[in-house]
Amino acid sequence: MGKLFSKENGEVFKSPLNLNNPVAVQVLGICSALAVTAQLKPAIVMGLSVTVITAFSNVIISLIRKTIPNRIRIIVQLVVVAALVTIVSNILKAYVYDVSVQLSVYVGLIITNCILMGRLEAFAMMNGPWESFLDGIANGLGYAIVLVIVGFVRELLGFGSIFGFQIIPDSWLLDNGGGYLHNGMMTMPAMALILVGCIIWAHRAYNKDKIQ
Amino acid sequence: MEHFFSLFVRSIFVDNMIFAFFLGMCSYLAVSKTVKTSLGLGIAVTFVLLITVPVDYLLQTKVLAAEGILGVDLTFLSFILFIAVIAAMVQLVEMIVEKFSPSLYAALGIFLPLIAVNCAIMGASLFMQQRINLEPGSTQFIGGVGDCVAYALGSGIGWTLAIVSLAAIREKMAYSDVPKPLQGLGITFITVGLMAMAFMCFSGLKL
Repeated sequence: MGKLFSKENGEVFKSPLNLNNPVAVQVLGICSALAVTAQLKPAIVMGLSVTVITAFSNVIISLIRKTIPNRIRIIVQLVVVAALVTIVSNILKAYVYDVSVQLSVYVGLIITNCILMGRLEAFAMMNGPWESFLDGIANGLGYAIVLVIVGFVRELLGFGSIFGFQIIPDSWLLDNGGGYLHNGMMTMPAMALILVGCIIWAHRAYNKDKIQ
Repeated sequence: MEHFFSLFVRSIFVDNMIFAFFLGMCSYLAVSKTVKTSLGLGIAVTFVLLITVPVDYLLQTKVLAAEGILGVDLTFLSFILFIAVIAAMVQLVEMIVEKFSPSLYAALGIFLPLIAVNCAIMGASLFMQQRINLEPGSTQFIGGVGDCVAYALGSGIGWTLAIVSLAAIREKMAYSDVPKPLQGLGITFITVGLMAMAFMCFSGLKL
């Protein structure tokens, strides 16, 4: 077991969470990161789905990496990912139907999520299954963290709730004599972009070496 | 004819791929540094969309659906089939462009093969799959190859419009005084957010 959790593997796991975060630093998988984050619940389900799919597609590609002919490797990778996405999409439909309706086409779009192709090309094609598994989990989590932050802010300010539970009491609202209004702009796509922009700003202000 | 036109205009302005659905964001942010290359990529995306959406529509309704030629409901295979069609079409387009217009091929470079993993292409096919099931009266309904062409052309032009205008803004922005940590990616995101807000004005558009 000592070898499985060596220092190098720890690095493989830690770097995508912060310094090489797939969304904030590598700018991968932006499409779904923005579209599903109007509320926290779909954001978390999406983050978990991407984590699972990245981890297992990394393992599968890593296991068969020596037998894949170089010329058709993109097609092979796409087919493996598409098969996994089909499975996850059907599981979501079976167990959390309401979330799967909210996510709509974005579950299917995990296939073309650049994080997956990026990790398969850059990591799984050159490393063993266990390292690839760790790498997949860590990149998925790095993606999920950004989704959760954006989802948290958008749901709190846009709907006044977290996970659908009301946090801001109704009596505060302007209609009921209070002085508060939900920010309807937060539920719109445009604010997601600006929030991610702000996250990148904060991340770069903290990690000075990432400044372009 | 009216539905045709309405579908076309809606998919450019109201259901814009970038500003309403964030599709094709990765290449949108990566390639929008100069107007010339972004225009080339926009045209390539429009071209691939024009082929893949009608082909995927025919596959979905004639082969995969329960009433298709196989007589079995195979719609759960649609993800794999769509991505295979897209990958094959991109390969084909690459070969055609290389043969007939080497100058365009050289200008597009790496972006042409990368269109295969552009979410705008896959997204358009998946939206088409959803819209087949809408009521025929709806403005978003897609009920034939003609509707698919109108939708694909509109989406492609909308995407091109978005990437070219962002590239133009970024070219000007090189002269602005942006805070250091915000430079590059951060300010681009905020710019796109403001552009998306402007595009929200179209959402009341009715034809």
